Amino acid sequence: MNQTLLNYILQIADNSLILGSRISEWCGHGPVLEQDIALTNIALDLIGQARSLFQYAAEVEGQGRTEDDLAYLRIAREYRNVLLVEQPNGHFGTTIARQFLFDAYHYPFYKALMNSKDETLAAIAEKSLKEVTYHLRFSSEWMIRLGDGTDESHEKVQNALYDLWPYTSELFVPSETDNSALEMGIGVDLSEVKNFWNEKVDEILKIATLEKPQDGWMQSGGKQGKHSEHLGFILAEMQYLQRTYPGQEW
Amino acid sequence: MKNWPLWEIFIRSKQGLHHKHVGSLHAADEKMAIENARDVYTRRNEGISIWVVESKYIHASSPDESDSLFDPANDKVYRHPTFYNLPDELEHI
Amino acid sequence: MVDITSLEKKFQERIDSEIKIEPKDWMPDAYRKTLIRQISQHAHSEIVGMLPEGNWITRAPSLRRKVALLAKIQDEAGHGLYLYSACETLGVEREDLIDQLHSGKAKYSSIFNYPSTTWADIGAIGWLVDGAAIMNQVMLCRTSYGPYSRAMVRICKEESFHQRQGYEILLTLSRGSEEQKAMLQDAVNRWWWPSLMMFGPNDKDSTHSAQSMKWKIKRKSNDELRQQFVDITVGQAKVLGITLPDPDLKWNEERGHYDFGEIDWEEFWNVVKGNGPCNRERMAARKKAAAEGQWVKDAAIAYAEKQRKRKTETSRVA
Repeated sequence: MNQTLLNYILQIADNSLILGSRISEWCGHGPVLEQDIALTNIALDLIGQARSLFQYAAEVEGQGRTEDDLAYLRIAREYRNVLLVEQPNGHFGTTIARQFLFDAYHYPFYKALMNSKDETLAAIAEKSLKEVTYHLRFSSEWMIRLGDGTDESHEKVQNALYDLWPYTSELFVPSETDNSALEMGIGVDLSEVKNFWNEKVDEILKIATLEKPQDGWMQSGGKQGKHSEHLGFILAEMQYLQRTYPGQEW
Repeated sequence: MKNWPLWEIFIRSKQGLHHKHVGSLHAADEKMAIENARDVYTRRNEGISIWVVESKYIHASSPDESDSLFDPANDKVYRHPTFYNLPDELEHI
Repeated sequence: MVDITSLEKKFQERIDSEIKIEPKDWMPDAYRKTLIRQISQHAHSEIVGMLPEGNWITRAPSLRRKVALLAKIQDEAGHGLYLYSACETLGVEREDLIDQLHSGKAKYSSIFNYPSTTWADIGAIGWLVDGAAIMNQVMLCRTSYGPYSRAMVRICKEESFHQRQGYEILLTLSRGSEEQKAMLQDAVNRWWWPSLMMFGPNDKDSTHSAQSMKWKIKRKSNDELRQQFVDITVGQAKVLGITLPDPDLKWNEERGHYDFGEIDWEEFWNVVKGNGPCNRERMAARKKAAAEGQWVKDAAIAYAEKQRKRKTETSRVA
């Protein structure tokens, strides 16, 4: 079994799974009906990506585990998502800022992953890129609307940016898995992803009349399985039935 | 507080067909209207192209005038091919 | 001056000859009011109905179940939207309708005031609640008002997976452990009677029914639809190996239908009046979403206005 490949897939899958779970919390509570539907579409895209990736991971692992075993039956320490995606939804502006900061990473990430030597990963990346292209468009436009909307919306989304900013650098700091995957030709060069991200963030924040926060002290740890307090609660809910009634079909 | 205006949505379901009215929705601007239409009205591959028109710009004929507008076309049977009597053995016409 | 009686007579003639009524056509005020009340109530039900199911999105036991549930609830948002749209063709604004919901003036289906406490409830809602709703919705595809009818056709097409989604959940539980089977039976016990209540009061007690039938807004009575639902559901319950919680439920050879017990109408009216297990929570959740969404709506409007101004200014310079 290719351990690097497996770890790499899980790292990508966990980001989509956890962000998808967060976004799905909006379903039924969106600011207007049209946006409720839009957010749920994003959640469905992300969870769909996670499913493809977990299915592939299960196959690579070859131990008879399923997508759900991987998604549901690991402990918090074993999840490899970045801290950004597990941060709470907050208000709509927080959710949009988190989404934008992640989409601006996710888009160039998948674009580069399409060149992976691993054909399955490349194929998943190609399909996901179409979805993420739309996510980036959606979150960029909302950053602009909120930033250049009313004083209240400007302040709200600006504060959300300040709050989330310390979680952004982790996206680009390669984990051991990132490095090994890159060496093997299956992974993505995060420094290139970062260039795109910087340009995109500058471009959109400028139009949105928002200030780019200073790079100060930065959070890290998600890729090593050292998470914020939030992940435990996400998993507690997600895993509730699987843990309470072990080994059942649902 | 102002509400988002209402938009009428037209979808082309596949290449070669007209855009067809499918319903309406609310959006703050045309970009958002197109995106909302995508999320609301094409969740099951119903479309490949979207038109949005703010509802206030749609002008409609009045049902009160329908007699004068549409009935006069009723007796203009010469506009239809079946009006013309031609022998059955004639082909390709 | 046009004589109202003759207009009304003409209107009824169109209805009788199955010609659909369209937004700009003349219609009696009472027809318009009835439609607004019924369609908006239907729209509100879709939206409030998202809440008991939404409750289980983060706890769905597998990713397959999670995406199916999300897609189903999202459809309900879509269906609410189609219905509000249909209602708006009658000259009311969605925001006003939503205000009526929040102030308690407008009703929604009482079924959504019951709590969804276990995963089996998600199955039971899909099977029984959607099953009951489909009876009504199929009938409404032929309703006399064009926009309502078109919305219902679209809704029925999309709904077809909803009930199957619910039934599949229950079927899986029925083949599972003893605990899962107990969970299944318990959910059916709790949802069966409220589902029968969804069809509304008995025909003899239903205030709006006769006129609605005459206008062909409705085409079947509450009791007819309820009977149809019971007849269909009994067989499906057998496949699940469960008992429907009604000792009086039995086949009546003479009628060619199932007989069933009396609905607890006191409970029905109580929940309608606001005294159900979750009425307060449901309204609180909807009001919270609206209140917290206001600044977002304002921001988008403010931005759109700025953009329009900028465009005019640029075109002037050019």
